Amino acid sequence: MPERTFMPSTETVFERIGENTLVVNMGPQHPSTHGVLRLICEMEGETVVNIEPVIGYLHTGMEKEGEYMQYLKVVTMTDRMDYMSANGNNLVYTLAVEKLLNLEVPPRGQALRVLLCELSRIASHLVWLGTSALDLGAMTPFFWCFREREKILDMFEMFSGVRMMLSWIVPGGLRGDMPEGFDKLLVPFIKEFPDALTEIEGLLVENPIWKERTIGVGVVTIEDCMALGLSGPIIRGSGLEWDIRKSNPYCGYEQYDFAIPVSKKGDVYARFLVRLAEMRESLKIIQQAFEGLPEGPWNSDDRKVVPPPREELDTSMESLIHHFKLWTEGYRVLPGEAYVAIEGPKGELGCYVVSDGSNRPYRFHMRPSSFMNLQGLKKMCVGRLIADVVAIIGSIDIVLGEIDR
Amino acid sequence: MPNPVVHGERLEVVLLRENLPDAILKVKEFRGDTFICVRRGRLREVAEFLRDHPDLQYRFFSECTCVDYSRWEHERDLPERFEVIYNLYSMKYFSRIFLKVGADDGVPVPSLIPVFPGAEFPEREVWDLYGVVFDGHPRLKRFLLPEDWVGHPLRKEVPLGGEDIPFDQGTTGPAIEDLQQPHAGESFEGVTGTEDVGGR
Repeated sequence: MPERTFMPSTETVFERIGENTLVVNMGPQHPSTHGVLRLICEMEGETVVNIEPVIGYLHTGMEKEGEYMQYLKVVTMTDRMDYMSANGNNLVYTLAVEKLLNLEVPPRGQALRVLLCELSRIASHLVWLGTSALDLGAMTPFFWCFREREKILDMFEMFSGVRMMLSWIVPGGLRGDMPEGFDKLLVPFIKEFPDALTEIEGLLVENPIWKERTIGVGVVTIEDCMALGLSGPIIRGSGLEWDIRKSNPYCGYEQYDFAIPVSKKGDVYARFLVRLAEMRESLKIIQQAFEGLPEGPWNSDDRKVVPPPREELDTSMESLIHHFKLWTEGYRVLPGEAYVAIEGPKGELGCYVVSDGSNRPYRFHMRPSSFMNLQGLKKMCVGRLIADVVAIIGSIDIVLGEIDR
Repeated sequence: MPNPVVHGERLEVVLLRENLPDAILKVKEFRGDTFICVRRGRLREVAEFLRDHPDLQYRFFSECTCVDYSRWEHERDLPERFEVIYNLYSMKYFSRIFLKVGADDGVPVPSLIPVFPGAEFPEREVWDLYGVVFDGHPRLKRFLLPEDWVGHPLRKEVPLGGEDIPFDQGTTGPAIEDLQQPHAGESFEGVTGTEDVGGR
């Protein structure tokens, strides 16, 4: 029997650079690793000379499982990847399937998708802000951020009945319309959130300890970002004005008026400022999407994909057949392949679906933004102190569910 | 800024046809995406050309992934079993291009790490899950899967489920012989009626 080692030793995964260095294991249970990231650091004194992430502790084979599920059922799995912004993951998968189906969603459906995704983005950034500040010893922002996030989760609960794993955006549109009385939660949130954010910012932006820990730490240039595939707030924090919502608009993002926040420095502080500004921009989009919400259907009227409304089943034989076929067999997608990328909260979020004409995807692959962003860790950490590693991991905003899938 | 089109073909394809004519096997357009099938040995040249040409500037390495086509019943772009798909993005026209390379079992694909260092993680993942070998990759070791895993689970012949999980290092639970063949267990794939269905 081959010898089974459950925790690989640090020696086997690591080639040491120097002779007088110390190899230190960090994680997978370290509180600053946001889940189960394990880092093997080679240290010279307190300075990191080499660092290597070890991942896979949350690997559940979602891409394999997706090949055995009907197209609609895969949506629920995408939620569990980046569980901080489930809507964005639903959307990117949905758009990829809709691209294969050649399906158009009516304007109301698109606006509702935008609304949900931007709320998700704010929720995701709030968790990032709270936890990354907590890593560096700031306790209060954590509570205040989660207090604000709670309001967003309450809205999601009202929308769908679920707080985190919505699965509300599905191929063909959404599972349901905006509920009555949703404005009673959303309108006060739009009104109060900027002040709440200012309050949280006041704890950190001019805080000398925070600035000491973050300014000049973990610098990456635009060139490094592009070669390593780092996207989202990291590449914008380095000074490149690139946002897929502007450069390759989807879901009608071209109608909304918002700016791309950019910072030049490329350090942890720059990424912090970019994400703070992004939350305000997202709020602008939410306001515009809500106020200009078009009337009409929110689902595509393609009965081969979208189930007919309940009341049609009593009168129409064809609707009954569609209903039955859709909830048993699902729909079939023409053979082909499609890749769709959206701007997720953590960067470019992509989905690649290959269809062989059956009711299940032949290949289902997500481009997880934090998996690629993690590649920048070595570039950012080498030459810095071990304490800076914590600040840098926080600034990358990793979600291990997405990295390991 | 829209992506320039010359005589109905995208500028990338036209320039590649002019400069590296024998590197391209086929160009496929599907739903607005361009997939360029590249000869395996010329992959690095093509990627370097796309990256460095001043009119193209495909400098953002988005990702790479792989598909196992051993159970495919329709028309194929490439004859080999696996297709590795590199996904590059240009900040000049905000456009995307896909490079496809075919590989059979054990046939190495040249690694793109010298051109794009960002290929390290995704190529390692592709090796881990599909067993496609990358020539010049410094660390083709298990990444998402445990170090002692046998096989490459995203291959089509590997069934879903049925692996035994050895919690006690073989002292209790499944027999040691079963552990040495981790995928020997049952599959949840089944057939009901006339239609293939998944196990869920």
